[in-house]
Amino acid sequence: MTNHWRDIKNADVILINGANPAEAHPVGFQWFVKAKLDPTKGPGNGGGAKIIHADPRYTRTSAVADTYLRIRTGTDVAYFGGLINYVLQNRLYHDEYVKNYTNASFIVKQGFDFTDGLFSGYDKATRSYNISTWAYETEGDALAGPAGTTQPRAKRDMTLQDPRSVFQLMKKHYSRYTPEVVSSITGIPILQFLDVARIVGEMGKPDKVMTIVYAVGLTHHTTGAQLIRSGALLQLLLGNMGRPGGGMNAERGHANIQGNTDHAISWDILPGYLRIPAPGQKTLDDYVAASAPKKSDPNSWNFFGTNYRSFMVSLLKAWYRGAATKDNEFAFHFIPKPAVNSSWMSIYDQALKGKMEGVILNGMTATSIGPDSNQVLQALSNLKWLVIMDPLPTTSSEFWRAPGMDAAKIQTEVFMLPTTHWIEKDGSFTNSGRWTQWKEQVIPPAGEARHDHWIFMELFDRIKTLYRQSGGKFPDPILAMTVDFDDPKKPTMDEIAREINGKDLSTGKQMASFGLLKADGTTTAGDWIYTGSYPDAGNLMKRRAGVQDPAKNDPTGMGFYPGWAWSWPLNRRVLYNRASADLEGKPWDPKRPGIQWDGTTWVGDVPDYPPTMNPKDPAAWLPFIMNGEGTGRLFSSSLNDGPLPEHYEPIEAPVLNPLHPGQSESPTAFLYDQAAGRPNRFGKVDQYPYVATSYRLTEHEHYVTQHVPLLVGLQPQAFVEVPEELASEKGIKNGDRVRVSSARGKLEVAALVTKRLGPQTIAGKTVYTIGIPIHWGFVGISAERYPELSKNWLANALTPFVGDSNARTPEFKAFLVNIEKIS
Amino acid sequence: MTDLTRRQLLKAGAGSAGLAMIPFANPLGFDLRAAKKIQQEFRLAGAKEVHSVCPYCAVGCGLIAYTKQDASGKTRLLQIEGDPDSPINEGRLCPKGATAMQLATSSRRVEKPLYRAPGSTKWEEKDWDFMLGKIAQNFKDSRDRTFVAQDANGNVVNRTEGIAFAGGAAFSSEEGYLATKLMRTFGIVHIEQQARV
Repeated sequence: MTNHWRDIKNADVILINGANPAEAHPVGFQWFVKAKLDPTKGPGNGGGAKIIHADPRYTRTSAVADTYLRIRTGTDVAYFGGLINYVLQNRLYHDEYVKNYTNASFIVKQGFDFTDGLFSGYDKATRSYNISTWAYETEGDALAGPAGTTQPRAKRDMTLQDPRSVFQLMKKHYSRYTPEVVSSITGIPILQFLDVARIVGEMGKPDKVMTIVYAVGLTHHTTGAQLIRSGALLQLLLGNMGRPGGGMNAERGHANIQGNTDHAISWDILPGYLRIPAPGQKTLDDYVAASAPKKSDPNSWNFFGTNYRSFMVSLLKAWYRGAATKDNEFAFHFIPKPAVNSSWMSIYDQALKGKMEGVILNGMTATSIGPDSNQVLQALSNLKWLVIMDPLPTTSSEFWRAPGMDAAKIQTEVFMLPTTHWIEKDGSFTNSGRWTQWKEQVIPPAGEARHDHWIFMELFDRIKTLYRQSGGKFPDPILAMTVDFDDPKKPTMDEIAREINGKDLSTGKQMASFGLLKADGTTTAGDWIYTGSYPDAGNLMKRRAGVQDPAKNDPTGMGFYPGWAWSWPLNRRVLYNRASADLEGKPWDPKRPGIQWDGTTWVGDVPDYPPTMNPKDPAAWLPFIMNGEGTGRLFSSSLNDGPLPEHYEPIEAPVLNPLHPGQSESPTAFLYDQAAGRPNRFGKVDQYPYVATSYRLTEHEHYVTQHVPLLVGLQPQAFVEVPEELASEKGIKNGDRVRVSSARGKLEVAALVTKRLGPQTIAGKTVYTIGIPIHWGFVGISAERYPELSKNWLANALTPFVGDSNARTPEFKAFLVNIEKIS
Repeated sequence: MTDLTRRQLLKAGAGSAGLAMIPFANPLGFDLRAAKKIQQEFRLAGAKEVHSVCPYCAVGCGLIAYTKQDASGKTRLLQIEGDPDSPINEGRLCPKGATAMQLATSSRRVEKPLYRAPGSTKWEEKDWDFMLGKIAQNFKDSRDRTFVAQDANGNVVNRTEGIAFAGGAAFSSEEGYLATKLMRTFGIVHIEQQARV
């Protein structure tokens, strides 16, 4: 989230796409309801907000919404694109914001083009783009870039009239997204779309603000990154980024998914979103030049780019203290350099190819999470060894005896290590709104269960001993790694939290801010975005100044509660908050200030800006300090599949793309099977005529709750939701057992016949959607009680093994199936 | 009096004084809800209040756990409820959070390390030393077999291609940070968690 849960109450309009907060984040949803119903506040002040929910399924979120739009899954770019077009055609954008705070005025190079569904630079053989034409026209003197490089200054036209300005290119691009086209792609009736467009169009006024809330209903598509970007573009046009009550707000689904993304349990990054180095980078300079944002405007601070080296060196010093010296590039070559994408599906892809020997699954189960569970089961069978670290049995710890598997033929050596639960240890969780809350240990570990971090350090110690005794491949980083704990095998969470924050090696004091980190090797920071969470004053994540005293603990009245826990970066509660105020530093809406200039300093939230920089100074920095441009990007060359979001159909779709039937699906979506030389297994609409999408229920969280009796009692058995009209066509009655099949697998479950789903008219054709809750498998209380019924309960047996070209997220939310009654 | 929540009573401290007053507030004792409340008060009287966070979704609802030491000195968990001071949940919990107690005290836990040998059809209980020793050796063997120090173009890449680490959306950030630090130190490139899926 750019903002945070409680901040949603500050919105005038809440657009919800690809999410069902009332059921998946019920307690967070109270802030949506407050925005709408708070009787103590008037419109624009936390009451009377409009909620607009676009979703294929009518859910409890829809029931509370002012408007429910039945949108076909995966078509949100068309919906947001239609809203962008409406806002541009009717001049409803926030003019001053768009001119000064976005790259609308930047001129794009001659040669940039978009025809027949393809941007310029496409190479069919590699299914990728050469993005050289997706760049800015440059002029004048070069600007200083990172690592001694220079970067030409981007050419701008502040009138926004140049036909190659980002603004005009965008206007042209989205002019195709007329209400008629939007309707034919999404299935949303034209008049209903226009009603929503009028409400959204009002949100470009400076004293209005809208938030966009989304979840994995946007990310789980081969166009996932662009689906989200299309919402962000709309927010930039309306001037809603950086403002309380605004922003792009991802609702994340696991207690600490945010914290462990920040700490880079992710193939392509190091802690704090530093990029993983690439082959060919010989020095830190090479790395920084290739990774850090480059300044393209004289008024851009380019804070991230400018400090990239300090952050990286401080990380290397945290990890390899004495072994990281100026002479060895601070141990830069201790960090592995991946050759190719090494993300989630690649792990199993490599196992299918016989190239992956061992996998450690720590608190997640590959079999259930998928995609393509049957193929994942094969992949796990190909491993030499598999380690499961979990408090409870999972479909991966038990994979070798899954229904249909022959354990005697599976040579994988399997280790189940019982670990402690969240309540048996302390440490921090970072929530969706970036608030990092410390939790205490409540009870001692059950049985012989051990803490995950103690298992890690014990294993590390044993492996290090093996290398010391018998040698082996490149032991240097293993022997050199900093282990700065009183008991090397049993570190405390407190010790690790202090390491993450970092310290000044010359004084031994904890760092107070990442702004003070140095590139000379005299400071450490395990994760620079958490620097400041644990200064010498103590662990700020433990703070508890909450609603017990709102007058004292929420001094601005905006719901920031700066003394409750700690949020990254630097306890800032709304990211990009410089953009909440105008050029002179006055809040766009005085009733809902983020930060404001009081003549000598910025007050309010922790400023995303130098605290004493006078906004009237001609040299004052532009607001978006993390970008090289200093502005928000309406047009961006940072994604693989286009500088402007475009609607593409899912890989398995019920219709051809009405915009460009010749290039119906994403031209760059990653097709794992095809790339590996295995046959693609995609279903066509003649055999698999129905769209399917998957989701969560309130009573379960993925798979762990299959072990919680009360929750199993509330939602005992696997089922699919089938629209009444389709059920009637197929002779399916409520409660009947049905078989749902895709080109990859099948599900045999109960049918729940419902009005929540319904037929849609898409490009003139009737399309049905079937809804699939994800929670069941062959492990858990229900599976044990119904061993025969539960043989085919894995929802991801159906899903395709394909990924978004940017993030490689699987397409869980849109694929084709057939359904039949089991007689 | 009736506007006070049980927690406010406990907080006010007076655990005992506050509780003692309730029967007087409802002298006939016919209100079942009040009776239940009283029963709960006695169960939690003198309990230690410990702060936690819900283990399920990423709203981050604050939890208060009540514990007491039993006769053997072991800490027993009595109850989990929403933390009313939290600006995030203000004491509220959903069905999952409200049943967190059942996850915390589950009788379905794996309590001892389990090992399945290649081709075996059953688990065997093993001790930690056996498990960690074997995993350490497997890890080193796989690393040594699949480590690439230089790629075909002569670039230093120092990567382990044949081991993957995945997980950690439910453990503490400090554990996650340590996992990243260790796995990168071992040269692991396939390191992923729930964020992708």
